Amino acid sequence: MGRILAFIPLTIAAVFGGFFLWGLNPDRDPNNIPSVLISQPAPQFDLAAIEGLETPGLSRADLVDNAGPVIVNVFASWCVPCRAEHGILTQMVEKDGLRLFGINYKDKPEDATKWLAELGNPYEKIGSDLSGRAGIEWGLSGVPETFIVGPDGTVLFRYVGPVVGDEAIARFREALEQAGALPRGQNG
Amino acid sequence: MRHVIIALFLLLPVMAFAVEPDEMLQDLVLEERARVISKELRCVVCQNQDIDSSNAGVARDLRILVRERLVAGDSDEEVIAFIHARYGDYVLMRPPFNASTLALWLAPFVLAVVSLLAGWAIILKSRRKGVVADFSEVEEAEIARFIDINTPKDN
Repeated sequence: MGRILAFIPLTIAAVFGGFFLWGLNPDRDPNNIPSVLISQPAPQFDLAAIEGLETPGLSRADLVDNAGPVIVNVFASWCVPCRAEHGILTQMVEKDGLRLFGINYKDKPEDATKWLAELGNPYEKIGSDLSGRAGIEWGLSGVPETFIVGPDGTVLFRYVGPVVGDEAIARFREALEQAGALPRGQNG
Repeated sequence: MRHVIIALFLLLPVMAFAVEPDEMLQDLVLEERARVISKELRCVVCQNQDIDSSNAGVARDLRILVRERLVAGDSDEEVIAFIHARYGDYVLMRPPFNASTLALWLAPFVLAVVSLLAGWAIILKSRRKGVVADFSEVEEAEIARFIDINTPKDN
């Protein structure tokens, strides 16, 4: 009995050590809130087009009955990281032939129009979410956020923050592969 | 004068409300309910704050949404369920009791029981050993002598 008791401090130290190791893991982001949307049907929303822009608005109906998975990107002209990921999303549309929809979050129409004129507009449709209400439906915590939605309108993947940098792009492309939007093993 | 200034500065944090006047409802009862609900909901940007005290944009949107739902006739539970459905368990300041939070809720009780049992076992063990109270005659004599030497004589 005494022998076993002698191991208790060691066990406790090991348990705490395990916790600390988990907490110190640089890949763990405590701000990362798990989305309740994953594997759920895309939320109900119906957004008008950005005023003065020819790109049509976006609603839930656009995310259902597609031939393949589509990308939904929440962006704003006032969001600096959005500018950084814009080129990467554009490439996915132009090089990989993916379909990209946008939700313009709490943005002035004239600012958004100017931003898209300057950087290019890879979006097939853009809904203007002036009130941020559609953002709440999507469980948004900030911009940018990018979702992959399956052909039947099921949310398959959510990426919080800009898809910028090799690691983020690799993760996003892997999710696209898993969704069947990209052929497997073409990562790179 | 200095005391007044110090008192004013001490009052400052108490007065720092996040809820802006334009968000508040005319109906005082509904507004009070909204404040109570807001304190139960976590801000998703600044996670150690409830939305009632957060200045974040999303928190403001959620506060307005809470009030809208209340005006539409939702009960307190329905309002919380509405936001819970969109943001998950994270948005609740008091985590619900379910499979993933089992450890969180039960660990304090389990740890309390374990430590009480351990303490009890240790006390029992030390009692069982007891104090050796049987001295030999030689030892008894020595103790008596020791006490005798050290007892102050009154004279």
